[in-house]
Order: sequence, then structure tokens, then C-alpha cells
Amino acid sequence: MRRRILALTAAFALLATGCTAGDDAPEDGVVRLRFQSLAWQKESVDANRQLVSEWNATHPDVQIDYVQGSWDSVHDQLLTSFEGGEAPDIIHDASDDLADFAYGGDLADLRTLLPARLRADIPARSWETTTFGEGIYGVPFLQEPRVLIANRKILEASGVRLPTPEEPWTWSEFRQIAQDLTRTLGSGRYAVAWPLKEPVSVSLNLGLSAGGQLFHREADGRVTVRFTEADAVVPGTIHEQVVTDRTAPRTTLGSGGSDTLPGFFAGRYAMVPLGFAYRQQIAQQAPEGFEWTVLPAPAGDAGLTQGVSPQTLSIAEDSPYKKEAAAFLDFFLRPENMVRLARGDWMLPTGTAALADPSLHTARDGWATGAAVAERLRPAPAQSVRGYPEWKDKVATPAFQEYYSGAIDGAELRRRLVTDGNRVLARYQRK
Amino acid sequence: MSALRTSRPARCGQYLALLAYLVFLALPFLWLVSTAFKPAPELASLHPTWIPKDPTLDNFRQAFDEQPLLRAAGNSLVAAVAAAVIAVAVATPLAYVTARHRGRLASAATGWVVISQAFPFVLVIIPLFLILKNLHLVNSVSGLVLVYVVWSLPFALWMLTGYVRAVPAELEEAAAVDGAGRLRTLVSVTAPLLVPGIVATALFAFVTAWNEFFFALVLLKTPEKQTLPVVLTHFLGAEGVADLGPLAAAAFLATLPSLVVFGLLQRRITGGMLAGAVKS
Repeated sequence: MRRRILALTAAFALLATGCTAGDDAPEDGVVRLRFQSLAWQKESVDANRQLVSEWNATHPDVQIDYVQGSWDSVHDQLLTSFEGGEAPDIIHDASDDLADFAYGGDLADLRTLLPARLRADIPARSWETTTFGEGIYGVPFLQEPRVLIANRKILEASGVRLPTPEEPWTWSEFRQIAQDLTRTLGSGRYAVAWPLKEPVSVSLNLGLSAGGQLFHREADGRVTVRFTEADAVVPGTIHEQVVTDRTAPRTTLGSGGSDTLPGFFAGRYAMVPLGFAYRQQIAQQAPEGFEWTVLPAPAGDAGLTQGVSPQTLSIAEDSPYKKEAAAFLDFFLRPENMVRLARGDWMLPTGTAALADPSLHTARDGWATGAAVAERLRPAPAQSVRGYPEWKDKVATPAFQEYYSGAIDGAELRRRLVTDGNRVLARYQRK
Repeated sequence: MSALRTSRPARCGQYLALLAYLVFLALPFLWLVSTAFKPAPELASLHPTWIPKDPTLDNFRQAFDEQPLLRAAGNSLVAAVAAAVIAVAVATPLAYVTARHRGRLASAATGWVVISQAFPFVLVIIPLFLILKNLHLVNSVSGLVLVYVVWSLPFALWMLTGYVRAVPAELEEAAAVDGAGRLRTLVSVTAPLLVPGIVATALFAFVTAWNEFFFALVLLKTPEKQTLPVVLTHFLGAEGVADLGPLAAAAFLATLPSLVVFGLLQRRITGGMLAGAVKS
């Protein structure tokens, strides 16, 4: 709704005020490009700034102005900037936020701009996350799988088999182990805490491991929602853990990942499914002597496959210096630089060469576990589905929340996701 | 008068209710202060305490190290003070006219003021952006001040109109009878009585501008121009992940100017609020 209001007002405003053409030629002969980065953690900001400084030092004719943006309201900010013709030249965002801008003509098609080296270095499955229609509208450069962060002492003392990327737990094994663990932990303590403040992306992305897909593109290009047995595996496991087995507390369902950390550090929960980058918070905040380990998320029929929405770098269509911007991206995303960015953000690089860096394969802080599942990361199921934000906000989020808390059963979840969901999507696909 | 008297138990109940409300209002701020001084392990404790066991200034150090808080506070201060001064300067004569010359125009203006408060930011931001761009006022504190003035003007006008109405017109008539001219009456009789209202209104405009985030986020393009609320969001990551300690420290510092201004002007504000409470 918010986006539609913005789009409508934008249209009226453009009609009312007209557009003014900018002066493209730099006065002093130095091209200045504005790079809006959403990096926020100190190490990450430092890495970004250093790379910009290195570029600026060696390219006096093309200078990059680094601007720190904010994940908060980034979509509205960019939309306003695009409509006003004041967008940054180089834009940092997440791939699942790009569809509107790509289809709206705000982002440059990078196919002819990017060097072959960069195109070849990033796998096709990652390019899929930024491909809309025929064009590529962003370079996916950082991604994070969801992993199980576990209290090492509790798990080792319990005697359960520790999963590895080669031999992960199955979802049913995970459920059984959680039951055994909870029994040995005693009252008030749980095997797992699910922070499900945003339940849709977790359910859909982990759902790929069991072969769930939910969104199906038909021959005519239309997308419909279907909820199969495979789609039910992950939501069903979470539901059973919370409602039936009581191996996961109901109280964390409305929490964000950070909110579960105090309970995790206190030994109240043995495992917490979190994004890979949360390791930084754990490394910083864990009390002295606290031992933690990173385990792969459980696997289903599709193995360790997961959906991800990588962080991306795009170029504004209105930028008069697309070639220069692409040259900067080429430099910024060289393998050694991608490694620096990945380590700064505690995430995984998409680039094959960067991912091979030994520093990303150490057992320390669980890097090796993440790197091992990297090749199983796929575009998030709803990546390019138009109408997904509304489906998520109006239909799926409340449905999953009620299902996980036990307020509705699986049949009602299915009805809402499919019947109500398809009604929403149909509005976006009328021809 | 007797109707206002209440029994002792009832009065105790009122005080208790007031106390509970004050505690409710103060809790978030006290928690913010407590969080700002806690070291990382205490922030991650399952049993949080109100008073940090091992208070530290590390969060403040980190906040200043990582973000240009002073520069951002300076920008916020300039924008907020300018917005408050201009809003009051524009709203005061308008309020006087609206209050003293009641008619269809004044009613229509009041109606428009009320309606304008219902506009969501998101509805006006793109037209506003385009207008400011054509005026070359994007990425300038002047442009932001202009937006803040326009945004706070309706409510400032509404507030001040009430204060003007609270000043008995008979006083101005008496001054006129005593031979004072229009300007002299306004300056010597009406204006002094309006001071509390003007201060309260200015404070409202100041706090509104000081705390405003979205316009500043969209309109200011370069780091040198960014205001404090925008810089505060740099401690937040995707999906609500936060660098909690430095964020709390910076947020605590960000609340101080408002508290100081409130503290300094409290008596005048209270006077302003009471003015007009009793019908003449």
C-alpha cells in the first residue's frame, strides 16, 4: 500500500513539476560518483572505506564519495531519490528489494557494463537473484545462510551426533534430537529457540531444503501459490516443536535474533537458528568461557539447499557515468576485496575465487560450516514475484505467526497461504 | 468550589495514578540510560539489572569513534533552532489574525490545519522532493529547515491561536482607550502575555525538528549534512539487528538537548499551558 501511494504521488508530482535535465559534464574534469553503502558494522564500514580510499588514491579522474545509508527505510529513500532524479550512482541493497526498481527502469542493466571476469566469477545461481526479465540489475556479492548456532558444551554432554555439512541432521532427526535434549536439560530449558519475528523468509528459505517451493511460475509466466507436502515440512517441524513437543519456547516466536542471545548465553536454549552474520554478535557478546559452535541447518529431500537474498551493488539508470561506476564495481569486487568485505560483515562472498580463500574455511567462528553450504544457496523463492511484499505482510506473516503459536492448524495455514495469497498475487498479474 | 474537593483516599488514588503514569513515562528513558552504561556481557545477560554492575563509558567511546555524532548534532541543532524560530515568527501574526478576526476564512484555515496534520509523510515526500530539487534545496540544511517549518506551521498556528484567544480582547481595548496605537498595543500588551505560548510553540517545533528522521534521510545526500536521527540509524543493521550499547549511548546523548531545553523553559511552558485554562 505504502509503495503504491509513493508510486502514485510520484506520478502526480512528476506531472506537476516536470523534469529538469541535469548537467552531465564535470566542471573540473573529475567524475564524482556517489556510493551509498548500507554497511553498518565497524569492521564492514572500515573495509568499505578503505577500498574507496584505495580506489580514490589510484583514480584521480574518477572519485567515489562514500555515503553511509541505512537499512531502515532504504526502499522508500531510494524510491524518492529515483523519482527525484537524485539517486546515488552506486547503490547497495538486498536482492529481494530490487524487483520494483528493476521493473521500474530505475536501475541500469549491467549485462554490457560488467567485465567478463566478474560475470564468470559469480555463479549463475547468484546472478538469478538479480535477474529480472532479461536484464541483470545488481551484482550479488555477499550472502548468508541460516545456520544453527549451538552451545557446544550442552550438545557434547548430551552425546547427540553433531551434524556436519556432509552429514547434516534431517528435519525429523532434528525434531527427535530436540526432544532428547529438552528432556535432559530439565524444566525451563529448551533444545531450540526459534526467533520468528519475521517468519515468512525463514519458513520459505529453509523450506527449500525439503523441496518446498510455494511459488510456482506457470507456462504463461503467472505465479501461483501451491502448498505441497514438501512445503509443509519446515513449518510443520517448527509448529510441532513449539506446540506439541515443547522443545522450543513459545516466547521467542515474536523475537528477533538478537533477543534470543541472552537466553542462549545463559544456557536456556541449546541451539538458535540464526543468520550466519549473527556470529559477530555472539563472538562479541558471549560471556567468558562460553563455547559455541556453528552447525548446518537440517536438510530435507533437497539436502542443504536454502534460499537467500544476497546483498547487491547496482548502478542507477540515471547515472551519466555508468562505465566508470562499473569499473569501480570491478575493483571493489575483486576476489581479495570481496574477502575483506565478507570478513567485515561476517558473511559469505558470492564470488567463487573469494569463497576459496583459506581464511573463510577455518573452523574458528564456524566459517568452514558456512563456506561448505555456500554452493547450496539458491535465490529466495519469492525473489522476483510481484506482489510478494503484500502477500507477505497481509497474508503470510499473520498466518505463519498464528500457526507457529498454535492458534490455527495446518489446514488453515494452507488455506490462507494459497486461497488468500493467490487472490493478492492475481491483482498484480492482471493483464 | 466544593465540587472540586475530593476525599483523602480519592486524592491518594489520584496521586498514585499520576505517579504510576510518570514511572511509565520515565521507564524507557531510564532503561536507555542504564543500557548506555552497560558493558557488552551485561547487555547480553538473561537477568538484566537497572543499575549496571560494572558501568563503562566504552559505549560512548565506540559511538563517537564510529559515527560523526558531534557534526550530526550540530546539523540537527541548526535545523531545529532555525525551524523553531521561523515557525514561531510566521505563526504568531497569523495566529493573531485567526484568533481576533473570526470569520469563514479563519474557520476554513483552522479546518485545513486540522486536516493537514493527517497527511502521512509518505504522501508528500516525493512532490516535496521534486519542488526542493527545482529550487536547488535538496541536500541543504536550508531546504530541510523549510520543510520543517512548513510541516510544523499548521500545528504551531493552531497552538498559538489558542494562546491568543486566551488573552482577553478587553485588555487591548483598554490600551486603545488609553491612547495606545495598534502596534504599541501589540508590542506592550499582547506580546508579553503571549510569551509562554510562544515558548511552548517554539519548543514543540524544536523537538519535532530535532527528532525528525524521514525527511532528513531522504533530503540530505552527503554525510556532512546528515542530522542526528539519521546517523543514529547507522547503528542498525538489516532485520532490526542493532549495535545496542553504542546505539543507546548515542540515543541518550541525542535526548539531552531536548531535556535541557525543557528544563530551562519549564516554568514558562507551564505558564503557557495554564494560560487560557480559565475562561475570562
